[in-house]
Parts: sequence; C-alpha cells; structure tokens
Amino acid sequence: MPSNKSVSDAPITQFINCRILRDHRLQRDDLWVREGKILNPEKLFFDEEGFADLQVDCGDGILAPGFIDVQINGGYGVDFSQAADDISGGMALVAKKILEHGVTSFCPTLVTSPPHIYHKVRVHLEGPFISREKRGAHPERYLCSLAGGGLKDLLEVYGSLDNVAIVTLAPEIPGSLEVVRQLKERGITVSLGHSVADLSQAEQAVQHGATFITHLFNAMLPFHHRDPGIVGLLTSDQVPENRTIFYGMIADGIHTNPAALRIAHRAHPAGLVLVTDAITAMGLPPGRHTLGQQDIEIEGLHAYVAGTKTLSGSIATMDMCVRHFQQASGCSLEAALEAASLHPAQLLGISHRKGTLNYGTDADFVLLDDELSVRATYIAGHQVWRK
Amino acid sequence: MKLIILDDYDKASEWAAKYIRNRILHFNPGPGRFFTLGLPTGGTPLGCYKKLIEYFKKGELSFKYVKTFNMDEYCVFHELVKAEISHLDMNTKDYHSFMWNNFFKHIDIRAENAHILDGNAVDLQAECDAFEEKIKAVGGIELFVGGIGPDGHIAFNEPGSSLASRTRVKTLALDTILANARFFDGDLSKVPTMALTVGVATVMDAKEVMILITGAHKAFALYKAIEEGVNHMWTVSAFQQHPQTLFVCDEDATLELRVKTVKYFKGEFLLW
Repeated sequence: MPSNKSVSDAPITQFINCRILRDHRLQRDDLWVREGKILNPEKLFFDEEGFADLQVDCGDGILAPGFIDVQINGGYGVDFSQAADDISGGMALVAKKILEHGVTSFCPTLVTSPPHIYHKVRVHLEGPFISREKRGAHPERYLCSLAGGGLKDLLEVYGSLDNVAIVTLAPEIPGSLEVVRQLKERGITVSLGHSVADLSQAEQAVQHGATFITHLFNAMLPFHHRDPGIVGLLTSDQVPENRTIFYGMIADGIHTNPAALRIAHRAHPAGLVLVTDAITAMGLPPGRHTLGQQDIEIEGLHAYVAGTKTLSGSIATMDMCVRHFQQASGCSLEAALEAASLHPAQLLGISHRKGTLNYGTDADFVLLDDELSVRATYIAGHQVWRK
Repeated sequence: MKLIILDDYDKASEWAAKYIRNRILHFNPGPGRFFTLGLPTGGTPLGCYKKLIEYFKKGELSFKYVKTFNMDEYCVFHELVKAEISHLDMNTKDYHSFMWNNFFKHIDIRAENAHILDGNAVDLQAECDAFEEKIKAVGGIELFVGGIGPDGHIAFNEPGSSLASRTRVKTLALDTILANARFFDGDLSKVPTMALTVGVATVMDAKEVMILITGAHKAFALYKAIEEGVNHMWTVSAFQQHPQTLFVCDEDATLELRVKTVKYFKGEFLLW
C-alpha cells in the first residue's frame, strides 16, 4: 500500500492482536509506531489520512512499556565500578544482554569506590556518603564524610555531576541535608540508603528533596513501632504534598521476605519501584567474581561477600523480579508491570518520554505472555531481541 | 414508510446492521463506484456499529469502496475548554473520536473516504458549504442512517429548525445540552453549545433514509414523528415526505404509538 502521509514519509508500524498497558489497564487495542515514537492513530487517520505500512501480529500477547532498572551494578562479567578502559564496551554488553529481561533503560550503579572511578560515567551513585554500620558490601576504607562543605565534598569525590541520575546517601551524616537540597536543585534524584537514620532524620531529608529509598529494608534500621526509621517514610505524614516517595524493592525472593514485600506494597503501592541490584555475576555461572573492590561468591540464586554470609547483591533478572513480585503480592499484572516501568520513570522525572505507552513517548516496549515472560523487546519500535 | 419493530435493542441493532450490509453488498461497490453512507453518533447506533465490525471481521463486508458522511460534530472547542476536557473519555469528547474508536479503527475504511464536519474550522459556514459540495460531488447519499433525539430532532436540527435547512451551524437546545452533560463530567460549562449539522433537507436528498430509535425515552418522539403531522418542532417528522424511509425500533420505543399502528406494521413485516 503506498503511503500518503503529509507529515512524514517514515514507515508506520501497527502492532495488532495484542493487549496494551495504557491508563493503568490492559486494553485490547493496537499500538502504532513511527520514527521511534508511539503514534496517535486517530490523528494519523483524520489529520494525515495515513495508515499503517506494516502490521505485526503480537499473538495475543501483552505489550508493556520497557522496564527501567535504576539499580544495576553490572552483569555478565562486567562490573560498572571497575575502572576498566572499555567501560562503555562493558556497558554496551550489559545493555544488550538485559534486553532479554525486558529492560530497555537502566542507570548503571557505581558502588562506593576509590575517587578515580567516578570520573567517567549517567549513573546511580550508591555511596560513598553512607553509614559505616550499614555499608553492606561497600568497602569501609572508601566511605567518606561530608565534613568539608557539602557539595564540595561530593564534587571532589564524584568529579562532575553532569551524568548523574541518582545519588544514594545516608541522611544522618552531618552536612547531608544541605547536599540533598543542592543535588535536588541540579535535578538529581536523591535516595536514602545504607543508613541508620531514624524516621525524623529521614523526613528531614525528604523535606530537603530526597524522593527515593534504596532497596527498602536492606541496609537500614529495621522497622520499629516506636521508631519506624526510613521504612516509616512509606506512610509518613511529613512528606510534602504532591510528592511521592518511591522505594526500590529487590523482589528476588531472597533480599526481602514476601510478607515484608506485601507489607510495603500494601502500605504504599504507588511508590514501589522494582530494581534488580544485579551484580557482575548476574548471568554468569556459580563461582567467585569481583564487585567494586571486593570478591563475591555465588551459590545458586545467592551472592555473598566472599567468606561471609552478607548478601552482596542480587543475580535475579528484572523479568524474574516482576514475576516474583506479582506472585508474592497477588497484585494485578498491570501493577506489576508498572512497578518496573512507570514508577521508575516517574522517579527519574522522565515519564513524559519513558515508562508508558502514551502517544509521543519513546517506543521502547516489551512483548510478554500472560505469565509475564518476555517474548520480544523493542527499542524505538525496532525489535532488538526475540525469544 | 416502513416501521420495523424488533423485540429489544440488540435485535434492532442487528437488523439495522444486516440491512446496511445487504444494501452495500447488493450495490456491489468497486473502484470508481462507491457506496455513499450517512452515519450517526450517540448511544443508539453503537450496537449497530458493533455488528458491522463483526461482519467485516468475518470477511462478509468491506468498507474499502464505501464513502461515509457523518451528520454532525460539536464545535467551538475553545483552547481553555479543550485543556479542561482533555482528560475525558475519548469516545465522548467529540464525534471524530467517537467514530474512530467505535467504528473506523476496526474496519478497512480509508481516511480520505470518511467525511466528518470539522468543528474547529476557522470559517464554520464555509466548512458547512464545503460539506454539501462534497456530497454533491459523490453523486448524493445512497443510504442515510440517523437517530432521533428525545425532542424529536434529527442530527442537531433542534425544534424550530427549518425543514428546508442545509448544513449549517446550530445552537444546541437546552434539552440537548442537559442530556450531553453526563459526557462532560456533569459540568454544564464544559458542554459545547454549538454544533455543525447537516440540514433536514440535506438528509431528505438521500436516496433512502433509515432512522434507528430504541428505548422508552424515545417513544414520545417516535409518536410525534410518525403519528402526528409534519412539524418543525419534531424535525424527524419531515421524513414522512420522503419516498423511501425506514424506522427501525425496539418494543420500548413503540410505547406511545397506537396499538393499531404497531399491529399494522408488525403484520406487514411478517408478510415479507
């Protein structure tokens, strides 16, 4: 069929026989794509008198926005925190591999490292301004304080903040509140984690601009009924109006007991962001591997700091997390999919471009079956992986 | 006229859809020989559209060589109102959306063959005149399908509209605005007060007219339209003077008719 579009000659693809996630519901409707963006077919019909050049049959599958992983440390042997010269090559390898899990956007996460590591890469900086006590797998010798003068300390360690999307820090560290404010001013998402803060310290950080909690429950004080700690932010009444507190959950069945996952989800479903916190070993066979400046050991689905029983990170993939979250919480398919797409996009303030299938947004999406297994992944409307 | 009475809404919708399908198939449209169809919007024709889509999906019917002309469209969507109503269900915001979501997107009609008045046109009367020209250019309309308002209006030819009227801008009657408020969050200030509509005479020019009327709330209007005289306060009554009119209704819509009228048409129906 010849095209007769007055606005653009670019080919139009129509994905048919599918259910798309739109307006928080799975709806039986077609998805139209042109030039890497989701197209409004009604406008195409009436304003341009256009039609599809190509129809793709989705076999009655589910089309959801591509998953966004805001906490991933590496995978397939690549460690984002290692100062390898071919860091972009490593990142490209991981980026390609995680397409199989439906992840179309991610924030490479750098854990606490010696200063020279940071001067490279658009990232999630987890540490070094975190609590000594709750450092988890982060090496103690590289933890820093903010004594010097807030942002100045940060810049000394991180170098430029131009490519930073998220910074995780502990709000009880003296000087951190001012830093939170300044980071927020620069449009950087501030996350609270690896911290022994109590609820009021956490609330102060939120009032200064923090909007995320790094892997809820892990590396923070446990919930206590007289001082809920950071966990209490989920139901805090001190959160500024129109602000949503988001929280990362590693839903791999190991880092968080399903009952705890359900408590968090039921308390504050709109803020749940699925993250993998995947480490270098994700995708690799069992054995000994490197994370940041430390060695780790893989046993089955567990990854420990070598020689200890401290969890080092997760090796679950994003689609596994989505499935596990849906099963453990009993939530709808839509809610599970949004926890991996819409919510992280909202957290990063990019939901006008990513995380939804709204008209005009980037055509990054994933085709799944009813069990939420990934059948194919698309970026800018092009199929980049297929089962 | 013929008055076709079916048991309920679904059967009436199916009858009407089958009639349209059979008329198109019998006409046998092809390249350079289009079947021209006038179309309505609103709650009444939804069932009929669903059935037509079904026939298309089954491969029984194609709209490739069908040209459609919708009866009306809201207008005067000021930018401020547009922003306020942008969150509303696309189906009801305007008739373009209605036709796309309920019919066009499910069938194989080509966009250049689907004509709907543009309520956002800069020169509204020129838009109406152009619409009349388009109808003339295709050789007139074979079958015009319409509905009836509770006040007996056809399209937006509100009570008092000239029965000799052509496509033009009309101010909507209070009854119509109140009835439509439910599609605009119940907020009267958001309901459009003006619309572009084909005239009564425009529809009278069609070779055949089919009016769909279902539900008890339309019964009085049906009574006024077919058992009383031709009257500009009940503009559907104009079709009493059309040589080829078909009224398709359900039992509920006949509630205000004389028993004699209903029995006559039911008997005639069975003799076909």
